[in-house]
Amino acid sequence: MKKSSEEKSEKRESKKSLQSIQRLGKPFLGIFAASILLIALVLLISFLTDINSDVNSNNSDPNSEIPEGPLSIENLEIKDGKDVETGLLAGEGLTLVKANCTACHSSALILQNRFNRETWKSKIEWMQETQGLWDLGVSEPIILDYLAENYAPEEFRGRRKPLENIEWYSLED
Amino acid sequence: MSKTNKNPKKGIEKSQLKRRDFLQKSSIAVLSSFLGADIIHAATMPEGYVPFALQADFNPMDGKSKDMIVRNEKPWNVEAVPHLLNDPVTPFPNIFIRNNGIIPEDIDSSIWTLTISGESVKAEKTYTLEALKKNFKHYSYQLVLECGGNGRAGFYPPASGNQWEEGAVYCSEWTGIRLKDLLADVGINSDAVYVGYYGKDKHLSGDESKVVISRGVPISKALQDETLLAWALNGEDIPLQHGYPLRLVCGGYPASASGKWLNKLVIRNKVHDGEKMMGDSYRVPKYPVAPGEKVPDEDMKIIESMPVKSLIAYPKSGAMFGRNKTLKVQGHAWAGENEVREMEVSIDFGATWKKCILKKPNNRLAWQQWSVELSFPETGYYEVWAKATDDQGISQPMVIPGWNPKGYLNNACHRIAVKVS
Repeated sequence: MKKSSEEKSEKRESKKSLQSIQRLGKPFLGIFAASILLIALVLLISFLTDINSDVNSNNSDPNSEIPEGPLSIENLEIKDGKDVETGLLAGEGLTLVKANCTACHSSALILQNRFNRETWKSKIEWMQETQGLWDLGVSEPIILDYLAENYAPEEFRGRRKPLENIEWYSLED
Repeated sequence: MSKTNKNPKKGIEKSQLKRRDFLQKSSIAVLSSFLGADIIHAATMPEGYVPFALQADFNPMDGKSKDMIVRNEKPWNVEAVPHLLNDPVTPFPNIFIRNNGIIPEDIDSSIWTLTISGESVKAEKTYTLEALKKNFKHYSYQLVLECGGNGRAGFYPPASGNQWEEGAVYCSEWTGIRLKDLLADVGINSDAVYVGYYGKDKHLSGDESKVVISRGVPISKALQDETLLAWALNGEDIPLQHGYPLRLVCGGYPASASGKWLNKLVIRNKVHDGEKMMGDSYRVPKYPVAPGEKVPDEDMKIIESMPVKSLIAYPKSGAMFGRNKTLKVQGHAWAGENEVREMEVSIDFGATWKKCILKKPNNRLAWQQWSVELSFPETGYYEVWAKATDDQGISQPMVIPGWNPKGYLNNACHRIAVKVS
C-alpha cells in the first residue's frame, strides 16, 4: 500500500511538471523539447558505453566500487530496506540494477512487475533486441538473481485460483 | 470390496496373534533397530502399545479406488476425486477416510457394548450390539457425510489441517436403529441438551488414557428420525476404517459429529465439552472476520448444519470433445439440514446460468441427483460451473466464502475444465 502511494505521488509530480511545460506555450515548447532531446541523446551515447564497460569490469572485482558517473549510483541511500532514490529493495545486485536498468527507464517498471527468472530474462532480451539495451555481460546473472529473488510472483491472493493440473483427455461417447 | 474389509474381524484375530508373538520376542532395542530409528519415548510408552510403524496388518487403502488422494497416513486421511463420486449411493471404494487418531484393530463385535450415561439419563444403561439389533426397529437412510473442512485448500491465507479439495464427502446407505428409540428406552431427563459420543480409536501418542475425539449433536438433532446408530453401510458390516462395528450417524452435520467405533454415549445437560468440541475445532466465528484475523475463543460457534453445495461428478475435468457434441453433465447437490430447490450450471463464468433437472432426495438428508445437457457456441476453453440453491433461497458462492481460522465450510461452486475442438 505504501509503495503504491509513493508511486502515485511520483506520478502526480511528473504530471505537474508536464503541465508547467505545456504552460510555456507552443513556440517555446518546440525549441525547448528539441534542445532537451539533443542534449539527452549526446549524453546517453557518451555515457552508456562508459557505464557498460565500467560496470562489467567492476563486477569482475567485487571489492572495487562502482565508478563515479552521471547516475550517482555510488552512494546508495537505503531506508526501510529500500533504495531511497528508486524504491528498489536493498539486496545483492542493486547497484547493478540501478546502473543498467534505471539508466533508461524508471524503477517503477520493475516495482510493479513480478516475474520468475526466465521471464525477467525475456524482458532483458526484448530490451536488447528492440530498445537498445547493451550486453550485460557477467552482470546479467547477478541482475537476474536480484530480480527473480526480490520481484518474484507472489502467491495468488484472489478469491479463486485458475484451475490447475488439468489432465486433458478425449471424451468418448 | 476386499476380503479384509468384508470380514475385518478375521483379519484382526490373525494380526493380533502375529503382533503378540512379535512383542514376546522383542524388546524396545530390537524394535528400534527394526524401525531404523530410536524410539524416543520408549520410557513413557504405555504397556502393550505397539509402535505405529508396526501396525501394518490393516491397510485402510485396501479396496479403495486407486485415484483416491492420500492426504495423510498418520492419522489416515484420504479423499475421493469428484469423478469417483458419480454413483447416487457412494460405494465403499470411493468413500473418504477421516481420522483424528489411530484406527482400532482389536475389535470383537460379539462382545461389543454401548453404554448410555451422562447427567441427563434417568439411569446408566449398557446394551450389547446384539441387543440393539434384536430389540429395536431397523431403518435405512442415505445420508450425506461431509468433512467440515472439505474444500479447505481453497482458503487464503491457508488454513491449517488436511488440505481437502472436493472429495471429503459421500452419501451412502446406513442401516441401524434410531437414536431416539434407544433414548426412549433408556429414559432421559427434560434438561438434556446434547449427546456426546466416545469411540475406540487410539490417540496418536499411543497414550490410551487420551481421548482422540468426542463430539456429538444437540438433542434436537439426536431425536431426528434419520439420526442412527448404524452397524451396516450399503447393506454390509461397516468397514473398519468407517467405524466397525457401530457408528453414530448424523447426516447433514460435519461428518465428525458421526462417531466411529462407538461404545459410549453421554446425554449431557449442557453443550458437550469433549475432545474437539472447543477452540478452533469444528467451530467458526460467530460473525464475519477478515482473512487471517485472530478470533477470540468465546467468539467461535460450533458448526451444525453444513451449507448448500454441489458437485460435478461427470464428466471428469479435462474432457475434450467435438463442437457438435451435446455434453451431458451430472452430479449431486445437498444442503445440510435443508433440501436443494434449484440447480444451475454456467459455461461463461456465471454470466448466464442454465437450469438443470434436479431429483428429489431419496430420503431427507440424502444428496440429490442433477443433470443437464450442454452445447457450446464455439470451439475453445470452457469451464462448467455448478451452483445449487437450497429451500431457504441460499446459493453457493462463486468465490471462496468468508475466511475462518480453520478453513471450514468452503461451499464455493465446483467447476471443471473442458475443451471444445
